[in-house]
Amino acid sequence: MEGYAYARPTSVAEAIGVLQADAASGRRSQLLAGGTDVLVQMRSNDREPRTLVDVKHIAETNRVDIGDEEVFIGAAVPSAVLNENAQLKALFPGLLESADLIGSTQIQGRASIGGNLCNASPAGDTIPAIIADGGICVIAGPGGSREVPCEEFVTGVGHNALGAAEFLLGLKFKTPASGSGDAYLRFIPRTEMDIAVAGAGVALTLDGGGACTAARVSIGAVAPTALLVPEAAAALIGTQVDAAALAAAGAACSAAASPIADKRGTVAYRRKVVGVLCRRASAIARDRALNNIGGSQ
Amino acid sequence: MAEAHDYKAIGTRPVRPDGVDKVTGRANFGADLNLPNMLHGKMLRSPHAHARIKRVDVSRALAMDGVYAACSGGDFPTNERTTDLAKNCMARDKALYHGHAVAAVAARTPYIAERALDLIEVEYEPLAPVLDVDAAMADGAVLVDENLRTNGDASKPPSNVAAIVKFERGDVEQGFAEADVVVEVDCRVPTAHQGYIEPHACTATINEEGEATVWCCTQGHFDVRSLTANVLGKSVGEIKVIPSEIGGGFGGKTIIYLEPIAVKLSEMSGRPVKMVMTREEVFRATGPTSATHCRAKVGAKRDGKITAASAWLAYEAGAFAGAPVGPGCMSILAPYDLEHFSIEGHDVLVNKPKVAAYRAPGAPQAMHAMESAIDDLARELGMDPIDLRLKNSADEGTQAPYGPVFPAIGFRKCLEATKAHPNYTKPKAEGTGRGVAAGFWFNIGMQSSAEARLSEDGTVTVVEGNPDIGGSRASMCLMAAETLGVPYETVRTHVGDTESTGFCNVTGGSRTTFATGLAVVQACEDIIAQCKQRAAATWDVDVEQVDWADGQAIPKPGVNVDANPLSLRDIAKNAGRTGGPILGRASVNAQGAGASFSVNFADVKVDRETGKIDVLSFTGIQDAGTAIHPAYVEGQMQGGAVQGLGWALNEEYIYDENGVMENAGFLDYRVPVASDMPMIDTQIIEVPNPSHPYGVRGVGETPIVAPLAATSNAARDALGFRIADLPLSPPRVLEAIDNQADA
Repeated sequence: MEGYAYARPTSVAEAIGVLQADAASGRRSQLLAGGTDVLVQMRSNDREPRTLVDVKHIAETNRVDIGDEEVFIGAAVPSAVLNENAQLKALFPGLLESADLIGSTQIQGRASIGGNLCNASPAGDTIPAIIADGGICVIAGPGGSREVPCEEFVTGVGHNALGAAEFLLGLKFKTPASGSGDAYLRFIPRTEMDIAVAGAGVALTLDGGGACTAARVSIGAVAPTALLVPEAAAALIGTQVDAAALAAAGAACSAAASPIADKRGTVAYRRKVVGVLCRRASAIARDRALNNIGGSQ
Repeated sequence: MAEAHDYKAIGTRPVRPDGVDKVTGRANFGADLNLPNMLHGKMLRSPHAHARIKRVDVSRALAMDGVYAACSGGDFPTNERTTDLAKNCMARDKALYHGHAVAAVAARTPYIAERALDLIEVEYEPLAPVLDVDAAMADGAVLVDENLRTNGDASKPPSNVAAIVKFERGDVEQGFAEADVVVEVDCRVPTAHQGYIEPHACTATINEEGEATVWCCTQGHFDVRSLTANVLGKSVGEIKVIPSEIGGGFGGKTIIYLEPIAVKLSEMSGRPVKMVMTREEVFRATGPTSATHCRAKVGAKRDGKITAASAWLAYEAGAFAGAPVGPGCMSILAPYDLEHFSIEGHDVLVNKPKVAAYRAPGAPQAMHAMESAIDDLARELGMDPIDLRLKNSADEGTQAPYGPVFPAIGFRKCLEATKAHPNYTKPKAEGTGRGVAAGFWFNIGMQSSAEARLSEDGTVTVVEGNPDIGGSRASMCLMAAETLGVPYETVRTHVGDTESTGFCNVTGGSRTTFATGLAVVQACEDIIAQCKQRAAATWDVDVEQVDWADGQAIPKPGVNVDANPLSLRDIAKNAGRTGGPILGRASVNAQGAGASFSVNFADVKVDRETGKIDVLSFTGIQDAGTAIHPAYVEGQMQGGAVQGLGWALNEEYIYDENGVMENAGFLDYRVPVASDMPMIDTQIIEVPNPSHPYGVRGVGETPIVAPLAATSNAARDALGFRIADLPLSPPRVLEAIDNQADA
């Protein structure tokens, strides 16, 4: 790790100013939220100087707004804070569980879902959960803010859609309708402190009779980026999310996966397990949705 | 069950003397020492698993601002007597594994040192690597060492097999012919690292007279002294080694990697040099234990009497000879009383890091094979696996497969305790499997020294030379307190450096509480003898007329003297008037380290859709001899079990086809985390070792031996078929389930 500059903007405009100045001078900027990925990367033989632009002292990146129509989660809100928000936990239990899977208790005091998303790891646990929940990335830049669906935000391993002078302000979700439920499951060989071998996020809505009217399914760690799997959603929609539908959704995820073989698992293993996870996560989401039918969340 | 005795200190569970400093962060570990003007050393490591080194040029690195010294193999004495250890610390003509040290620099900051490494020019001629025992033993295999001949037999062609060892008794063919049932297991166990949390670290300085001082984390500073002297061509008298606290070793810190390099860089720069390995370096370049390929075969009569057993063992040594296959051979059949057996072990070179000791070196792999076979035999016979072992168990008077006749041992008591244990008698839960296995380690004695110094207020300082890895200071204090008859709190134990205490062999082989404990007990007896003389002089009686009881000198019954008892404190206070300070000393070459047997059993559950195995319960039952500090004995049993479970379930070195380790970090080298493990239940069996005054046996190594087979056998029970190889990682288990379904 070599020397670096540190900027701590307290407004969106100031942050963009720092990013623009770096871009103009050719100096590398590194956005920093909790730093739980960035600092580790800097210490592992990345010797290039850069400016750390710490975005967690900006009001907008720390907001959590829960409205009747929309929910906004600031990009730098730590996982531990999210998981203490009972209202948020009732709306998006799967999303919050995905955040709760990352790192130890101490790490969760800093780690954020915005950071997890920007880090753009194929195995990032919150990404399939955000995609399943229909998350929209709100991006601040010199020309104002723009919005990108989460499934389009991560463009490759370690790459995202942010331009040179842009940063992620937060994530926007539609407030879930009555009868909705979400879930995220990952597979790791241990119980914690590990990286997903495969992951599956599911969000669905049931009507009063328990039939699935809407669903989104996303899988992680089985392709360069988390994938939205419309075929799996289609297998659930219109069904009672029974065993046959779960099996079909699982099969659709296995088919959609294009994993690599590496030290964490073979192609065949990941393909198979991602289907199992989709099935199990869909069942959890269904049960949560059944508990929410008729209730205002 | 514990023998009846009336010990006052031994068998209690006081707080460890080093505990406060360790939990408050005051304790100093290997990387904690800083000296004025100190430089930071970094190692350049081979990017090839096997290559000839044609040229090393450090001149560009030396020219860099902030770089003070650089060295490579040519800077160290090299001749026909150069040891493997020296070549492992710094490669000479060949790099023998990916990560092998080829050069080093010392610079003002670690960052400058890292950058300087990029400027060192090394010309390699890459060679094909040989990466496992089967390839290494095949005809026409690439040779790791072109001059190596099996067992040093010059009439044989060069080979990767450094040694073949054999243990035999009776006629094994006849024994198998007599058997009604014969089972065989063929299995591979992967390379596993000790996983100590503290990386290797040292700071070294040397003066113009050639006198060096080394601070480091080690299991044996006397060994660091002699090994460093060997690599540098110095006398041990020129080197002083000061051990820091140690953040885990498990055998892996019984040898050296950095120390002679740091001394050399200090000599070149005229400044102190600190070297600290990264975790990645620890994985790539320090000694794990051997990956193995083992075959075990056992035959028995219908009634369960074993008629013959045989084993073929092949152990990876890494790049230099010295796999722990001998101890594997010694352990594999030790629990059994057998008429006919044969064991053949192979020490095999491959292009991987030189293996180092790891907790009961070699025994877990070998016993995984045989205890799996014994489990299969019990199934074939329809016998309870404990009953089968009871029918064949070694006991006092049994001749061990490796020669000696066992004195009192606790294996049968462990088996009987298992049968009565509530975790064993309770029915296993639906869908789970239960597996049993036996464990063994012979333990060692070797050389130790100790002093016990009586202070003027009657407190006692024990000084000995074994770094405290597992609570040995507490055990020394307890044995000293018991011997002297004083409270535990009045005794402190200090681990002295190579110049402040007498010679001690390493903290290893589960020898410290036994052998150094023996020296401590004798040093305290020396104090008692001197105290009795002081009392006799005070009372004007013959020393034969003085007894020592409850921490005080008293006249023997019937001795006609009007005298109050003299406590240790009284004698200490008046020492100046009765002959001067009182200093007890002892040095021993301890004989009769007691073998420690165990029985472990596990309940596991398998997720048949993901292949994940959860360990629901685990019970370790072990003969510890007398448990000096039962909580630390239990801690050893639990810690060894967790390491064994980690090895059984997920731990393995994963190499690519070029011999590059792909998982050189704790993220993907998966030791268990706390939440992976059930509470490890323990039961201590105390069969005192007749060769120790308090009956101590080595404790720390046996606990890692049985968990591999116990887990494998439990998985066999849950799955309905055996997966012979380890680890039982989810991908391997799921593939086996799928193959079984297809079959």
